[in-house]
Amino acid sequence: MTEYNFAYLDEQTKRMIRRAILKGLAIPGYQVPFASREMPMPYGWGTGGVQVSAAVLTPKDTFKVIDQGADDTTNAVSIRTFFQRTAGVATTTATSDATVIQTRHRIPEEPLHEGQILVYQVPIPEPLRFLEPRESETRKMHSLEEYGLMHVKLYEDISRHGHIATSYAYPVKVEGRYVTDPSPIPKFDNPKLGDMAAIQLFGAGREQRIYALPPYTQVVSLDFQDHPFEASKADHPCGMCGATDSYLDELIIDDAGGRMFVCSDTDYCEARQAAGHKGKDAA
Amino acid sequence: MQANTLSGGFADPATQSAHAFRSVMEAMARPGTIQDIEGAAPPAPLSPAMGAVLLTLCDTETPIYLAGDMDCEAARAWLAFHTGAHFVGPAHCMFAVGKWDALAPLAVYPIGTSEYPDRSTTLIVECSELAAGATLTGPGIKDQATLSLPEVEAFQVNPTLFPLGLDFIFTCGERLAALPRSTKVS
Ligand SMILES: [Zn+2]
Repeated sequence: MTEYNFAYLDEQTKRMIRRAILKGLAIPGYQVPFASREMPMPYGWGTGGVQVSAAVLTPKDTFKVIDQGADDTTNAVSIRTFFQRTAGVATTTATSDATVIQTRHRIPEEPLHEGQILVYQVPIPEPLRFLEPRESETRKMHSLEEYGLMHVKLYEDISRHGHIATSYAYPVKVEGRYVTDPSPIPKFDNPKLGDMAAIQLFGAGREQRIYALPPYTQVVSLDFQDHPFEASKADHPCGMCGATDSYLDELIIDDAGGRMFVCSDTDYCEARQAAGHKGKDAA
Repeated sequence: MQANTLSGGFADPATQSAHAFRSVMEAMARPGTIQDIEGAAPPAPLSPAMGAVLLTLCDTETPIYLAGDMDCEAARAWLAFHTGAHFVGPAHCMFAVGKWDALAPLAVYPIGTSEYPDRSTTLIVECSELAAGATLTGPGIKDQATLSLPEVEAFQVNPTLFPLGLDFIFTCGERLAALPRSTKVS
């Protein structure tokens, strides 16, 4: 059998990442640079999140991985297996049993509790990047709290579409200071970012940034007085479990183009079904 | 080299530092909470909690300032052997280690720059007790928390520098607590 270091990364790399995590927690929403390492998986698989998980996991943890809400995608399974092998952690699909949850593109429906850590895979950590490609400039904009351009961009959305069209990676302001990218979660999840009991850590591998939200941090989605933020979702109940409060994926279910709306969070949906809740499309 | 220079490190560095880091992270993420931290047995005057924090976070890339009594041959030799860190004055350190009075004045430590506020010193302060005390509010705290602090005024000034500022880890025997720059103290 191959000899791994615990959680794959060498100790010096983990120390560097751990120092970045602590500074990230001390300065909520600020992107701390770190020297990202090559991981044995492609960048699209969330190497930033994987490195953060490697730095925080202990052998006593119970680890869950979700990819767009599902535990069973290739991406989720391979990351879960990776840490099962290299860190010897227990794994689970049950949100409430997990101590560390690595996620791509969703926040679990079930409220997280103290003692849990949510690790986000982040492709583009810089919310100002599409307004200003130069890192030296965005860093200056953050230092001066020059966020006017971001509001202009959102307002252009309103004049073009009649509402703010940005529906993923919807920017937030953390503790009244840093404008921050919440990773490509649907804006439906944005209200869960603030006041969360769990620690939230964000890792961007290719872009080499780590940032964090301590528990109970104030996180506000950017909006305008005449166009307040709305955490929208498809206006249907879940076809499988009947939930009306969860984020839904739209599935094509037959060749005739039949559609069904179903919870994106599979653990939430399955737990509800197991508890006897039934949607209109359930068998 | 004294015998205790070589001993007292983590017997199983990867897992013990993982557990120690979790304690430090929980403390920094939840100001006012007191965490257990173990696994290190450094020579006096370093405490076991201090030793564990330093083993977990320090290496050749993290210059350390040893203040007052902490700046002794035993502590230097132990830290050099187990972490490889080198020792500098307060104006250039990433970590400062000492008792509160010896660490003063705070104005000399790096507080980061407006573009890189993370480039700031973390002070590891050995305390005679960790208990309830001053009232804390801010990120990481639901409503409010409380923690004994070596004084109040310095910790009221520090958050006014936000996002610049100093971050503190308070150690006492085998326990620790933390106070990031984001915490308001009253
Ligand atoms: Zn459902």
